Amino acid sequence: MKTDLKTNIKAVIARAYVRVVAANREPSWWLTETLLPVLSTAAYVYVYKALKAPEEYTGFVILGGTMSAYWVMVLWSMAAQFYWEKEMGNLDLYMIAPISRMSILLGMASGGVLLTTTRAFAIFLAGSLIFKVSFSIISFPKLLAVFILTLVGLYGLGMLFSSLFLLYGREAWHGVTLLQEPVHLLSGFFFPVRSLGFGVALGASLIPLTLGLDAMRQLAFKTGAKSGFINVNLEIIALVILCILFLVLSKYAWDFMERLGKKEGRLSLRWQ
Amino acid sequence: MNYAVETFDLNRTFKLKKEKKEKNKNENSKVIALENVNLKIHEGELFGLLGPNGAGKTTLIKILSTLLLPTSGTALVDGIDVVKYPEEVRKRINMVTGGEHCGYGILNVRETLWMFSQLYGIPNKKANEKIGELLKILDMEKFAKTKIGKLSTGMRQKLNVMRGFVCDPKIIFLDEPTLGLDVQVSRDVRKYVKTWLAEDPERTVLLTTHYMAEADELCDRLAVIDQGKVLVCDSPQNLKKSLTKDAIFHIEVNLTLNGMEKFGEIPGVKKFAYEHKSHIGRTFLKFILEDESAISHVTESISDNGSKIVSLSKVEPSLEDVFVALVGRGLQDEN
Ligand SMILES: Nc1ncnc2c1ncn2[C@@H]1O[C@H](COP(=O)(O)OP(=O)(O)OP(=O)(O)O)[C@@H](O)[C@H]1O
Ligand SMILES: [Mg+2]
Repeated sequence: MKTDLKTNIKAVIARAYVRVVAANREPSWWLTETLLPVLSTAAYVYVYKALKAPEEYTGFVILGGTMSAYWVMVLWSMAAQFYWEKEMGNLDLYMIAPISRMSILLGMASGGVLLTTTRAFAIFLAGSLIFKVSFSIISFPKLLAVFILTLVGLYGLGMLFSSLFLLYGREAWHGVTLLQEPVHLLSGFFFPVRSLGFGVALGASLIPLTLGLDAMRQLAFKTGAKSGFINVNLEIIALVILCILFLVLSKYAWDFMERLGKKEGRLSLRWQ
Repeated sequence: MNYAVETFDLNRTFKLKKEKKEKNKNENSKVIALENVNLKIHEGELFGLLGPNGAGKTTLIKILSTLLLPTSGTALVDGIDVVKYPEEVRKRINMVTGGEHCGYGILNVRETLWMFSQLYGIPNKKANEKIGELLKILDMEKFAKTKIGKLSTGMRQKLNVMRGFVCDPKIIFLDEPTLGLDVQVSRDVRKYVKTWLAEDPERTVLLTTHYMAEADELCDRLAVIDQGKVLVCDSPQNLKKSLTKDAIFHIEVNLTLNGMEKFGEIPGVKKFAYEHKSHIGRTFLKFILEDESAISHVTESISDNGSKIVSLSKVEPSLEDVFVALVGRGLQDEN
């Protein structure tokens, strides 16, 4: 049991290492992945300025842009990553290794968080400085808790999506492509989610980002609570539930898909 | 005697995809990839699976390496049921497939091997020693720092082989490990496999191959498999010996595309196979005859068919001939 745990930890580190090394060796990624989001975030800021929206909207947008980096990362580098892992045959090798599949996912996730955080931080810093956003943090511990819960929830969701790739390749890929933009809208990246109306906002809350962003805005800006969706404490509880739900579901989904894949002969690609 | 691998009436069928199903509606919509396979591979053995394309070799390896479930029957690896306790099986095995593209192009050879060694929980120091040793033996030291995306096919396959051995599994499955390699690289790989096996009596290798010479050189025993069925299982020597009573002739004629079926029916012909080599304008015929005297009927029939004999020779039985005798046709892409 103890050696099993050690092996799994080593696997997590090894998989995370690939992520970090890859990013450092291709500095151009850093540029496109940071500069472009900063620009698109800036575009929203100017729209709001032109519309003479309340001052704090600038801050909302920058926070949204920051968190959007994590969403893109979860979709493409966690879930859709398995499309490539399968194509290249790495999936087979992970599957025959004496480790939990969760370790590979966790390795991808932790490597990803490390990278995305530098990216998100750059977006945040650039945005806040350029547009002189003023923060007034109501409770730092709560803000941190919300941030972490949002990430865990998002990665749980990414793991859940990734299980689809065990059986479906291109189809799942298209699904992910379809998801990217609507989620940007629904989870209120660039405006308070309350504006969508209660029903839609409630539905959108299934995506941890929605509640996470809303809570963060309420906690980080003086007037944030006014445009908030529901009470922050409620949002925290809901986030905890979502995290547990997604993590447990993803474990079941992986077990199910793996079994089905092994039964139908679709787990590994046929190439010889 | 301990068995590294044992299978009991192992079966695996695949459902055909929809499009294919419509084409042959009346036929069975299933492919039988393995049919009642019963194999016993001893610990310490280098065991070969020899068979044409689609024989079921990879299917068997996928079942043994826990990537695929059998439709029915049982398979034990190191005495452990692959369906019931896959986690336990995984601690003892590894697999190398010819032409696989494992790893990440951005990592170099050393890093790639390290990454895969970590999936087996090997301590860093030990892993690095093992990697150094593998790089040396397979003459890859100068590529240690090369990004794997930049390796040639041959180097890439050496990497695959090193990846399989880096964790020193108890049982390794090699699925056409020398596929597409040049003579020198294949030789390096074969040599390494043999030394690795000899180092520890508990180690076992299960190898599939298209290359008869490879099977002949490497394997202690081998199973000839065709259309999912094991036709025979013995040492290469015994298999060849089984043909010594027969007379085997290899005949080369000018490219002849018609009339081949008739040759199988010539009196005295036990088995017959042919292969067209249109690029050199030749057809190669292999005859297994009950005895030498039947050759006159054969040459007559060939002339009657309008073909011209370029060369004719009586040969000692090779594994290839064993294969022809059993399967009734040659192994294609045999070179
Ligand atoms: N995942 C799958 N889905 C459907 N059919 C499959 C699948 N895998 C294998 N088959 C079929 O099962 C049969 C055996 O295939 P297998 O790959 O085991 O052959 P093989 O002996 O490894 O052949 P090769 O020498 O070409 O590698 C073939 O008819 C193949 O088409
Ligand atoms: Mg095969």
